[in-house]
Amino acid sequence: MSDTTTARPADALRADDTPPEQTSSGTVRRVGGVTGWVDDRTGGAKGVNYLLRKVFPDHWSFMLGEIAMYSLIICLITGAFLTFWFVPSMGLITYDGSYVPMQGVLMSEAYASTLHISFDIKGGLLIRQMHHWAALMFIAAITVHMLRVFFTGAFRKPRELNWVIGTVLALLAIIEGFAGYSLPDDLLSGTGLRATQGFILTVPVVGSYIAFALFGGDFPGELIIPRLYAVHVLLLPAILVGLFIVHIVMVAVNKHTQYPGPGKTNDNVVGYRVMPVYAAKAGGFFFLVFGVTALLAAVAQINAVWVHGPYDPSAVTAGAQPDWYMWFSDGALRLLPGWLEFVVFGFTFSLNIALGSIVLLPLIYVVLGIYPFVERWVTGDTREHHLLDRPRNAPVRTGLGMAAITFYTILALACVNDIIAIKTGMSINDLTNTFRVSLFLLPPLVFWITKRIALSLQRRDRDTVLHGRETGIVIRTPDGRFYERHEPLDEYTRWKLVSFESHAPLELEPATDANGVARKGARKDRVRAALSRFYFTDRVEPVTPAELAAAHHHGEEHEQLEVPAVATEQRITSGQH
Amino acid sequence: MADANHPSDYDADAYEREVGTAVSLDTGDHVGDGGLPERFENPGLPAHQPRMADLDDGAAKRAERQVATLFGISVVGTLGFLVAYFAVPTDARMFFPGLGDVSTSNFLLGVTLALSLLGIGAGAIHWAKTLMPDVEEIELRHPMRSAPEDREKFGDIVLGGGETAQLTRRPLLKYSMGGALGLFAIPLLVQLVGSLGPFDQPFRRLATTFWDGHEVDGDGNPIFVRPRLMRDPQNTPVRPEEVPIGSVFHIQPEGLLDLESHILEEKAKASVVLMRLNPSDFVSEKARDWGYEGIVAYSKICTHVGCPVGLYEQHTHHLLCPCHQSTFDVTDDCKVIFGPAKRALPQLKITVDDEGYLVADQPFQEPVGPSFWERERL
Amino acid sequence: MNALAARRRHPAAIALLLMVALLVTGGLYAALAPEPAAAAAVTADQVSEGQALFRANCASCHGLNAEGNAPDPGQEEEGAYGPTLVGAGAASVHFQMETGRMPMAAPRPQAPRVNQVEFSDEQIEAIAAYVASLGPGPARPDEEWLDWEGQGDAGRGGTLYRSNCAMCHSSAAAGGALTRGKYAPTLEDVEPVHIYEAMLTGPQNMPVFNDANLSPEDKRDVIAYVKQMHATGNPGGLSLGNLGPSSEALFIWVFGLGIMIGTAVWVGQKGA
Repeated sequence: MSDTTTARPADALRADDTPPEQTSSGTVRRVGGVTGWVDDRTGGAKGVNYLLRKVFPDHWSFMLGEIAMYSLIICLITGAFLTFWFVPSMGLITYDGSYVPMQGVLMSEAYASTLHISFDIKGGLLIRQMHHWAALMFIAAITVHMLRVFFTGAFRKPRELNWVIGTVLALLAIIEGFAGYSLPDDLLSGTGLRATQGFILTVPVVGSYIAFALFGGDFPGELIIPRLYAVHVLLLPAILVGLFIVHIVMVAVNKHTQYPGPGKTNDNVVGYRVMPVYAAKAGGFFFLVFGVTALLAAVAQINAVWVHGPYDPSAVTAGAQPDWYMWFSDGALRLLPGWLEFVVFGFTFSLNIALGSIVLLPLIYVVLGIYPFVERWVTGDTREHHLLDRPRNAPVRTGLGMAAITFYTILALACVNDIIAIKTGMSINDLTNTFRVSLFLLPPLVFWITKRIALSLQRRDRDTVLHGRETGIVIRTPDGRFYERHEPLDEYTRWKLVSFESHAPLELEPATDANGVARKGARKDRVRAALSRFYFTDRVEPVTPAELAAAHHHGEEHEQLEVPAVATEQRITSGQH
Repeated sequence: MADANHPSDYDADAYEREVGTAVSLDTGDHVGDGGLPERFENPGLPAHQPRMADLDDGAAKRAERQVATLFGISVVGTLGFLVAYFAVPTDARMFFPGLGDVSTSNFLLGVTLALSLLGIGAGAIHWAKTLMPDVEEIELRHPMRSAPEDREKFGDIVLGGGETAQLTRRPLLKYSMGGALGLFAIPLLVQLVGSLGPFDQPFRRLATTFWDGHEVDGDGNPIFVRPRLMRDPQNTPVRPEEVPIGSVFHIQPEGLLDLESHILEEKAKASVVLMRLNPSDFVSEKARDWGYEGIVAYSKICTHVGCPVGLYEQHTHHLLCPCHQSTFDVTDDCKVIFGPAKRALPQLKITVDDEGYLVADQPFQEPVGPSFWERERL
Repeated sequence: MNALAARRRHPAAIALLLMVALLVTGGLYAALAPEPAAAAAVTADQVSEGQALFRANCASCHGLNAEGNAPDPGQEEEGAYGPTLVGAGAASVHFQMETGRMPMAAPRPQAPRVNQVEFSDEQIEAIAAYVASLGPGPARPDEEWLDWEGQGDAGRGGTLYRSNCAMCHSSAAAGGALTRGKYAPTLEDVEPVHIYEAMLTGPQNMPVFNDANLSPEDKRDVIAYVKQMHATGNPGGLSLGNLGPSSEALFIWVFGLGIMIGTAVWVGQKGA
């Protein structure tokens, strides 16, 4: 070929090229030209094949994170719409739009453009309301998703990393929400910014400098809305989306956890493949979440900024609350007593403010973020866990979680003490004092109650495995005694109730070795052993086949059976069944 | 924490593995009471239960029709949205039972959009549940960590890379590169933080208000002019005889409401509430001295985080902040009697001018509003 | 008869019965409610009739001659006591009695609004005449100052409202909490004349906004703002009580998340 006169010099370079492979397979031709064109240039088919064949377990609680993901996407879509009409400026203009009660009022362009979106842009109110409802839903879904992950122990190795990323996402989400909530520059959100400036001023040494840096001088200035706008539409969404992609890639890399059950082991994933089942289910669920958001925006009004009026630092409205995800912080501010402010060497420490805001806000997320590492250290468990815990099978963790929820909820309710007072006719002072006391009393109480309930449920599981299901059939024996017939469990149901681990507390070796020399790290070990006892002293063992056999043997004589003594621990009051 | 002489002190975990620890952790998690008791066997996946549509062609046909109907509802919703968009004006209102007077446009657009989306979602999921394969499949997991040889190789590549780049042999390169990388972000940070400002003793600006005077003398100090107390927002001066017992006036200093710019910044510090009490109600001497015939003026900016303390109860003489419920007792120098604030509201000393209008006799004698670090030092 | 008896326990029967009862009550009320009386000049008869009514209904707290009845120190919560009404004026009596706040059923932190007013307009007029005769006090407003539709400036009224009223009654005029069980009530469905009289007289713990503080024009503008705002309705849908983020939070957690989780359960369920 090369010696023909028509040959071009470049042809020699291509002599080794393999011509495109001609496949006779029917499916390749049917999938079509465009995908083939892309694969010729990316070689993506293999990777996509892998993803499309991935198996995901099916459970409603695994979709809580999906609700958050879709709400985020809805926020991004509707938020992009809103940027076309919103004017992030604090320049003052006189309103002349169609909302009569504000006509002729001097207000910032940000507020005026929000009124414009609400009353003069067709569908603008719908998009605004969808954006705000989706934002509230986003953070609510993140919260319940985190609770699901926590209570089922899904944060354990190898997923600690993703738990930390998720915690950061949760923190960023509330900051993103707060920034967006402040943008309309109405009386309510402006009051929130006013309080925020108050928090910042309490930072020791540099508080006033930070406040002036952020607000560009005196409060409110004319810069905070444009700056929050940049944060809200550019900076935080970029970080949120970036981290979120890492979060979801990590889910694929780690493969999803699954609930314990027949056929499910720590080494497999049982479920459906992405193509076609999850593509349809997850894709369809996105449309459902989107549709429900549209429905909420159609029937329920949210953040009626037009009633609040433009921001004015000399005015305020009764019932001044932030959006719900900031309640715990604002509630803490309502509960902290004034005597926490003091002056040392002429310098003012305002702990009554700082503890509830600039300390509490990051602290809650730090505590959340480090929990997996604390539990790992206490248990010494370095194995990978892909099977979830049923919450009852980790009584102390479940108790701690419920205590934390109680603590958070009391703080959050303290933030609506004025609304509760007016709706129930109670005194706001009594309410506040009640919350102050409950904040210390209720979490330990809830911890204890939850732990007892979890242990009781475990004992009931034991009882069910040993004695079977109550049939409701009462049998009279020839000698006149009555008993209820129990039906033994089938092996699938039984497996669900017996397939868990019961951890024994770590044992402490003497602090000195045989020669009386102090052992290194004895102190650290003491703490660890104490924590381990706290976690695992009260525990219930799963039923073993031997115990079941004994129970059956026993049961043939009379149906009343005692629960075998719970392993090692005497403090458990074994139920008298 | 550990003995500094021990060679492996920097790695406590490694040390513990080496010499054994108090806690027997070498096998990882400590399950059960030593030694696993005999356990039940995992019975494996239960037998697959076929669905109606798998067995009965009629049921499958029915499912197909249901899915198609749901998709059809979506199309109807989409068309409905278009009709609502073009046919309904934004200011139209309608009464909807249970909702009240709502915007027709918002309601119809929202409901049709919801139908359009829910139809697709419900259709796709119903399809997946009835017609797509529902035999559960199993994928195997593998430990997350890479194979030992891969980890080994990784170490070799990274360390070897440093070796071949002569990083280890030439410490000058290592330290100079570290220094350069460590410092390069500083100019960017300095630009950002340095230009945010203004940083010329911001705490002094927190401590001055419009009452100190708007004009400045040669040294830049404000000139106090005994400004009148003006109603906010009417911007009219107040005579003492206009203030009956039990009333509350919201006040700004004379000239503030005439400002062309920075009104809000000044209001955020200068706002005042004016009340008249029966002079015998005061338990504090200062309230009488700094007031005028039972009329007293206090800063309206809460000493907690700066919300306006506007709620005045005329019989209890309490001022309440709606943000965090700090309650101030007007009869007792506005000291805090409940809530999270620490300090009393600063009082503005008032009197009357020649024409009989209320004026400030002196500016605020302490910074108003929330606490800050340097507050007591000013 | 048998069929009816059988359905008597049907859940819908209670709802139906309630509906009928409500309709009958409402209809009777509409038919029997007195027509508003035309304003008339005060006569001596009216004053003496008012005095008699006052002694029968009000004197137990306000004193036989409206001189007031102060509580013993420390007994504030216990007994029946009331302030002197000398100088309270006709506007006070109108506001307190027409909104059902007075006479108070029982001592409590604050007299609540009661929709069932026990006194006829003539009787209230008489008591007002009697109280007005005791000493000069605020009189009822002229019609001119209540004509918010014709002459009110809602925009200006809104600025006044946010400076003077919103901190207690909330920017949406939905009401708000005060200290120790007291509260600022909602302004929804309050007659313009009662809003005016409340500003003028400062009932209970509300401060007084006399004409030097808020001129009659100012008050009219405030009324115009409140009425215009409520006339706008809730364009976005359910008002959720106009309580702002608190009711929105309840709504998203109960309904929003409830619907989403319900949907998720349906999606996660095995098909049948």
